[in-house]
Amino acid sequence: MTTIPTSTRPTLITNARLVDPEAGEVREGALLIEGGRIAEVFDAPDPEVSEDRAGHRIDARGRFLAPGIVDIGVKVCEPGERHKESYKTAGEAAAAGGVTTMVTRPDTDPAIDTPETLEFIRRRAVEAAPVRVLPIAALTKGRMGREMTEIGFLMDAGAVAFSDCDRVIADTKVLARAMTYAAGLGALIVSHPQEPLLSAGGAATSGKFATLRGLSTVSPMAERLGLDRDIALVEMTGARLHADQITTARALPPLQRAKANGFDVTAGTSMHHLTLNEMDLADYRTFFKVKPPLRSEDDRQAVIEAVRTGLIDVISSMHTPQDEESKRLPFEEAASGAVGLETMLPVLLRLYHSGELDLPTLFRALSLNPARRLGLDCGRIAKGAPADLVLFDADKPFILDRFKLRSKSKNTPFDGARLQGKVLTTWVAGAPVHEAS
Amino acid sequence: MRFDHRHLLGIEPLRPDEIETLLDLADRYVTLGRQRDKHAHALAGLTQINMFFETSTRTQASFELAGKRMGADVMSMAMQASSIKKGETLIDTAMTLNAMHPDLLVVRHPNSGAVDLLSQKVNCAVINAGDGRHEHPTQALLDALTIRRRKGRLHRLTVAICGDIAHSRVARSNILLLHKMENRVRLVAPPTLLPAGIEEFGVEVTHDMEEGLKDADVVMMLRLQKERMDGGFIPSEREYYHRYGLDAEKLRHAKEDAIVMHPGPMNRGVEIDGTLADDINRSVIQEQVEMGVAVRMAAMDLLARNLRARPTELSA
Repeated sequence: MTTIPTSTRPTLITNARLVDPEAGEVREGALLIEGGRIAEVFDAPDPEVSEDRAGHRIDARGRFLAPGIVDIGVKVCEPGERHKESYKTAGEAAAAGGVTTMVTRPDTDPAIDTPETLEFIRRRAVEAAPVRVLPIAALTKGRMGREMTEIGFLMDAGAVAFSDCDRVIADTKVLARAMTYAAGLGALIVSHPQEPLLSAGGAATSGKFATLRGLSTVSPMAERLGLDRDIALVEMTGARLHADQITTARALPPLQRAKANGFDVTAGTSMHHLTLNEMDLADYRTFFKVKPPLRSEDDRQAVIEAVRTGLIDVISSMHTPQDEESKRLPFEEAASGAVGLETMLPVLLRLYHSGELDLPTLFRALSLNPARRLGLDCGRIAKGAPADLVLFDADKPFILDRFKLRSKSKNTPFDGARLQGKVLTTWVAGAPVHEAS
Repeated sequence: MRFDHRHLLGIEPLRPDEIETLLDLADRYVTLGRQRDKHAHALAGLTQINMFFETSTRTQASFELAGKRMGADVMSMAMQASSIKKGETLIDTAMTLNAMHPDLLVVRHPNSGAVDLLSQKVNCAVINAGDGRHEHPTQALLDALTIRRRKGRLHRLTVAICGDIAHSRVARSNILLLHKMENRVRLVAPPTLLPAGIEEFGVEVTHDMEEGLKDADVVMMLRLQKERMDGGFIPSEREYYHRYGLDAEKLRHAKEDAIVMHPGPMNRGVEIDGTLADDINRSVIQEQVEMGVAVRMAAMDLLARNLRARPTELSA
């Protein structure tokens, strides 16, 4: 919905290693951007293109060129808590992280639950964010779980999906009706698979580790129960469902069965659940408090494998800005969530460097699948696709300093972490929106 | 004699020899405490502040007395009544007190990890007087001292810990300590009062009192923490007492000379029979209170020695 000015200047990127998630391969080549789209993909690293078509040339020098990331579930704190994150700062963080489309969450205060609030968001996004912004709207009014929102009007106003985010609708009848109505409009529901009563108040995943630390816990089974219910409702209503975060091994078999049965169900997971585990809570560091809580190492391994096989479709940052005050509290009282727009790519490259996921698989989950799920034609390295691209050096080492992040909030669990990978240039509709200094 | 810790936040970081060191010193303070003149001077000139964010009678009194006997200037603050009500955060409160240059800070807090958090923000030595469901190290140490004095050793004993393990920091600290000292630890509780993964702590777990108490040297009862119950962990108090309440009948399964312990305050007729609790041949509950003062004196003495060994931090 954001009006991005398309670049009028044709650009030829040569000597790139193209990360092509559709073909599932990385190959040497070149790419021509024209009129905001990918005009040509070349197999030759330095093809002959006439001066008038490619006056502007960029030598990628063997770096990776991938489709820009489509991040489902970004929280920008407008309206209500602009001191935590604004469209400007989130957009800049996204651009610096290779995220070319932010799919934003409605769990703001007030919630984004009317066409009017959505319109406000649209205007703010257009004037302030350098990347594309597509909003998710609330599924129930005020995310209170009682009455459905104006799903039709909200779709007309540009909502790409509907969700009450982490405030799970406990009343199954309300959810069933909302999903039935949404199904009639073909609207996508984004669910947070948790059994709401079982998971209430849990700050850590139950098990030996949380017991040692004396933290209030939630059974990993709450995720499986929540997913089971949501899938049953898909079967009942015919709605389209995307489970925002699958983080446990036990939730994978029901997901597998739902897909095998042909239900319109996809699932995501978060960068944090792929790269951290419950042991990271050892020092009660509240920047590691996310929702759902970090899981066991067995769960983490199972989730990585599910991303590799494609059972889990999407990886998100679940970008959740929190100010210092809401994190400077005892663990159980501190707010949940971590920022991730800017750190997602280097953090996930850990899995690439460790050999657990290759780049086409990573970008299938980061770009191609989320774009497909939302009916977007980006996320691909193909002629005619939007020129939403990220050029990155996968090897460049650095130590993350949270105070250098572009987000207003600095709540990353990776402060001081040794990471590899640097975004060099991000293009949205052919225009560079981030260029590394 | 080594005790290389700046704070006493839990049993987890302590080595067995450090535990023995602390108990040896505590033994000497027990002797001192039984004399007419009970004064020592290990904390002379030092300031001790007790911050209790959760109500406590015996632990707070014990720390206060321990500090006073050692010559410290002791101040106790009931935190529920003060700035917390005004919305001040834990860290702000800690910073404020820190500015008064205390040497020892004794802290109890309802959230697990809160005392760790606080210790990172202050310059003085911090003693955890209980944080959430996490740890209560001085309680485990006083229990260890009581056991060692009664049984003559602190290893190769069978210790049954019975009751609300799930919500108990006392249980966690005791399990860690007794395991470190190479004892056989049995946990006896209904499944709803056992935390997840507890069987991985090197303990035996049973839901049956008879089985759990069999040949035990020590029977440690826990308070059924009614205030911690979200509701619905047990069907009723009377069913709990019937199945898990300790009385002379159930105690027969333990060794003949088994001792009965309870961290207090007791719910007579819920987890323990009143007559048994008062039986001076079996119950060491009063002795535990006495050991509490001695152990806290020893802990503060060791931390103060480490404090004095460090150069004074002069503010500019």
